[in-house]
Amino acid sequence: MDNNKILEMKALHFSYTEGDEILKGLDFVIDERSTAIIGQNGAGKTTFVKLLKGLLRPTSGSIHFEGNDIANMTVAQLAKHIGMVFQNPNDQIFKNRVIDEVMFGPLKIGMAESVAKQKADEALELVGLKDLAEKNPYDLGLSSRKLVAIASIIAMDTKVIIFDEPTIAQDYHGKELIKSVIRKLRFEGKTVITIIHDMDFVADTFERAIVFAKGNILLDGTTRDVFAKEDILKEAYLEQPNVTKLCQSLGYDEVFLTTEEFITYQKAKAK
Amino acid sequence: MSKIVVENLKYKYPATDFLALDGISFSAKAGEFIGIIGKNGSGKSTLCQAIAGLVPNFYKGSYGGKVMVDDIEVKNVDISDLCEKVGTVFQNPFNQVTGSKLTVYEEISFGLENLGIPKEEMIQRIDEAMELLDITKYKDRNPFDLSGGQMQRMAIASIIAMQPEVIVLDEPTSQLDPQGREEVYQAVQKLSKKGITIFMVEHNMEKIASYSDRVLIIDDGKQIAYDTPQKIFSRDDLDEYGIEAPAFTKICRELGKKNPVTGCYPVTLEEANDLLKKDKGEM
Repeated sequence: MDNNKILEMKALHFSYTEGDEILKGLDFVIDERSTAIIGQNGAGKTTFVKLLKGLLRPTSGSIHFEGNDIANMTVAQLAKHIGMVFQNPNDQIFKNRVIDEVMFGPLKIGMAESVAKQKADEALELVGLKDLAEKNPYDLGLSSRKLVAIASIIAMDTKVIIFDEPTIAQDYHGKELIKSVIRKLRFEGKTVITIIHDMDFVADTFERAIVFAKGNILLDGTTRDVFAKEDILKEAYLEQPNVTKLCQSLGYDEVFLTTEEFITYQKAKAK
Repeated sequence: MSKIVVENLKYKYPATDFLALDGISFSAKAGEFIGIIGKNGSGKSTLCQAIAGLVPNFYKGSYGGKVMVDDIEVKNVDISDLCEKVGTVFQNPFNQVTGSKLTVYEEISFGLENLGIPKEEMIQRIDEAMELLDITKYKDRNPFDLSGGQMQRMAIASIIAMQPEVIVLDEPTSQLDPQGREEVYQAVQKLSKKGITIFMVEHNMEKIASYSDRVLIIDDGKQIAYDTPQKIFSRDDLDEYGIEAPAFTKICRELGKKNPVTGCYPVTLEEANDLLKKDKGEM
């Protein structure tokens, strides 16, 4: 297991309006494991990742990136280290050509034009949009536009990459593509943090799951440990992955995370 | 009697050279819950727009065949008249919010004002819709200050308040947490039990399987199948259409467990549980 402290939160509090606290004192570390942040709408998930980006600043407490308090870094400085893909691609995209959109971030954080072009090409290849580089992003459907938004951040080559609801509007193949993108980024040593409501996707893709509820952390552990806790998940307005639910109702003690796991287990037992 | 009849519907958007819909024919009865599935770009949203009359009356383009709602041919009526019968919840709630209203309450009233509903009745309908979608507590918030999930609930409430006879929903719960999504499905199911015909576009096959009476598969604008969820998800060729069967179906298929009565694979948790439980006991 990786124990590198990539991001460390210390007594992190945040409120938009006085007296209505959104984050109520978070203490935890994000390491290199791919991490899913799950929880009810309004639990503070998006607020938390905006704090990581410096778009919001803590009411009290602190966030440290590789040991340095980000309070001392500007949003522009942070952008070189922490990238975030917005939930709604329309909030992020503004250029007239896909390639310009994807090169915008890399150029802004000081990459040379040739490097930026290369990173943009690689990122577009990764999300399967290489052939659409010259198109206008607004002529694309919502699912492709979301992939443009993802490529734009990957091209910036940051240590940390945050996805806010990457699977919205994606069909089966789109979801499989995003799974493979996340696994590849993890393999390349990136720290991937994802806010997501699709529990089957979390079970299949992430090593660690953190459950946010009403501004606190309710559960934090390996995906398998977290999805074993049916009652606490319910309390957080979540549910177990479909295969986990089925196996639980069948009375298995083991926690199965994917259909493949359960099928393999059954076939082995049948022999 | 059928509420909706679609006959050999063909449609091409302006300035394109392919058919977005190519020979769609099906019918649905009042109160039926119809799931529409297929990969992105297959024509699901276009079909939704055709049921609501936006295709062809708003988007223009070339159109053949017909869509009937009761005895009305959709193409021959104004969108503003048809909207009393057919309501649409858009895929992206940002595209649906009027931008002319300052609170959630007023936003939901917008459609009713345009229908000329008397004030007392408006108040009652708005309260009911907010209650059903559990957004009463946000009634004084600015629509654009809502989270994605809250905005989706407001978008659905706005349409429900108009009390259409047919509701078309295009991925209406993509931004909701799992329990919120389940609540919305149950709310929509209540409407269908009251006799409202539902068309639901959704990528979550477990939800489609457990709530739909019938499921329509579209691929490249063509109708591939229109049948019960059990028959649809027991097909061997789903992969060709970019469709993943529900987790329960995949497991039972791999383990060779069919429902002996229907000859189909289970599609819901309950069905799979019943079938596999017996099996577990025998081992």
